[in-house]
Amino acid sequence: MKTVLEAKNINKYFRKPVLFHVLKDISFKVSQGEFASIMGKSGCGKSTLLYILSTMDTDYEGGLYLNNELITGQEREKLSYIRNKHIGFVFQFHYLLSEFSVLENVMLPAKKLAEKSIEEIEHDAMNKLRILKIDHLAQKRASRISGGEKQRVAIARALINDPIIIMGDEPTGNLDSYNSENVFNVFKQLSDEEGLSLLVVTHDIDFANKTDRIIEMGDGRIIN
Amino acid sequence: MTNWKVILNIARTHLVTKIKQTATAALGVTFGIGAYITLVCFMTGLNKMLDDLILNQTPHIHVFNEIEPSEKQPVDLYDELRNTFNVVHSIKPKQSQKRIHNALPIIKYLNKDPKVKGAIPQIKSQIFYISGSIELGGNLTGVDIMKEVEFFNFRDYIVKGTPQALQHNDNGVLLGAGVAKKMSLEIGDRVQISTIKGDVFPLKIVGIYQSGIADIDNVQSFTTIKTVQRILGEAENYITDINVKLHHIEQAIALAEKVEQQFKLKAIDINTANAQFETGTTIRNLITYAVSITLLIVAGFGIYNILNMLIYEKMNDIAILKATGFSGKDVQLIFMSQAMIIGVVGGVLGLLIGFGLSHLIDQLPFETEALPTITTYPINHNLWFYGIGITFAMISTFLAGYLPSQKAKKIDPVRIIRGQ
Ligand SMILES: Nc1ncnc2c1ncn2[C@@H]1O[C@H](COP(=O)(O)OP(=O)(O)O)[C@@H](O)[C@H]1O
Ligand SMILES: [Mg+2]
Repeated sequence: MKTVLEAKNINKYFRKPVLFHVLKDISFKVSQGEFASIMGKSGCGKSTLLYILSTMDTDYEGGLYLNNELITGQEREKLSYIRNKHIGFVFQFHYLLSEFSVLENVMLPAKKLAEKSIEEIEHDAMNKLRILKIDHLAQKRASRISGGEKQRVAIARALINDPIIIMGDEPTGNLDSYNSENVFNVFKQLSDEEGLSLLVVTHDIDFANKTDRIIEMGDGRIIN
Repeated sequence: MTNWKVILNIARTHLVTKIKQTATAALGVTFGIGAYITLVCFMTGLNKMLDDLILNQTPHIHVFNEIEPSEKQPVDLYDELRNTFNVVHSIKPKQSQKRIHNALPIIKYLNKDPKVKGAIPQIKSQIFYISGSIELGGNLTGVDIMKEVEFFNFRDYIVKGTPQALQHNDNGVLLGAGVAKKMSLEIGDRVQISTIKGDVFPLKIVGIYQSGIADIDNVQSFTTIKTVQRILGEAENYITDINVKLHHIEQAIALAEKVEQQFKLKAIDINTANAQFETGTTIRNLITYAVSITLLIVAGFGIYNILNMLIYEKMNDIAILKATGFSGKDVQLIFMSQAMIIGVVGGVLGLLIGFGLSHLIDQLPFETEALPTITTYPINHNLWFYGIGITFAMISTFLAGYLPSQKAKKIDPVRIIRGQ
């Protein structure tokens, strides 16, 4: 299977307040269409790793490859572009622009990418909302919908530019079991039907067990 | 490549949701620019009025024949005493006329000069106004009235009657307002004047002259050149003064020097005569700009404030935008455009307010004895001020927006996302 994302010997240190070796020699691959989950104790460095993989954090040692292309050391502008086009990110908290409508939130990354006309983007966005079964909320203000709905809007936004991989940092951590189930099903469907790769940090063992692969982390290392 | 549509859309949304703060910040700019326009229109209007008051009726070059002792006394011409030390006591001015020799050819010559807008003759004479048993000393100046009107705004100083009336009336006079008042004379009355030699002439009052300067109005009257020549018993080429108006006032000094050398006459240029005048203008301009810039700096702080606050409140938005692929530059542009939108809206409103206020002031009555031609407060409407004003607004908002937006550019999304 084609490798989509690869981390090679990633090391990261926090220098403040004391020197702290948070990620130790992390190496792994995610292939196309794979739904992988990352588990591990709180504070073991999962979020830190995800921020590096998502190119937002550039302060690390080692190599990061996306579609077999080295990302490490690229210009900031280029990294923004890569994030925009190839990577979808879903946070634990529903990071939406609260003053914009649901539809506008979903459209924003595509407008930034500017590869399609506004009409096409709107059409795509409505499609994504439909997949996530929240198309009826399109015109609502993002601040006026429930937590589970917000998380699905965030997923729709992550999908808008048809990325090669979606990363999630405990995307279901704040949701009840019904909504968690729902989000999992959406992810599963995307990976099965659209060949999308997913890398999701979770604390939920049931959630993790249903994924293709579990990456165990402990104390800044990958355990298996 | 920058996607302005998206950036402006986000900027606009931020501003609209913070409409009160946005309005306050914009009003700061409005106030600054409005005050600038009003002040600058008023101050330059004032400058122009004072310029008009003094400069417009003053010739750029005044040519006359000064009575002064000869540089060369007769003894200097005597060859045999050339190398001796000669002392001459009690020198008197050469017995000479005030008239300008060859005045008419000189006027012709000056009028041909392309720098000269007009060179016109005057005859100054000292006379007495006779009213019963009193004799009031005064000046009667013979002028080419229509040319005075054309080049020196003479019409503005004729408060009653018309210049044409003087032109068409052989024995007419434009009587100084002060003289008229003292002697209780009105248009249509006759006034007796007497020359220094004692000849008495009756003149018909065809108009009242008021310069606004009491000392002048108490003595000065005008009539035609021919009338003065007749009163003085002089020939048609008797001219005592030539007043020159130039196209460009800056050329006055050079031309005055040239005239002095060429014709051996005294030629005073306006800059020398009114050197202190520039100072007043400069200071008024200084005040205008000092006040306006101060107001704009205050407005700038307002913008700086609201942007800082916005950025602080929108940390999350900034983090999301960056996480979803907006670059630091995009984020900076979002906040810069907010500053610029505030600047443009506030600035344009300021221009409108300035426009309104200056037109309002223009309508306010302002009447003073000293300035007969002025009926409302002086305002100088000039499109340039609006250009400068909006440029001002843009520069100050740019500076005010730059620092906060630079901060937004540098915000690390990871720190914000972790902070939750
Ligand atoms: N900015 C920082 N400076 C110093 N230490 C940090 C910083 N951010 C996180 N850490 C530490 O790094 C470790 C890993 O954090 P994190 O990746 O958030 O863990 P996880 O997501 O697995 O719970 C934790 O011990 C945390 O305290
Ligand atoms: Mg975490």
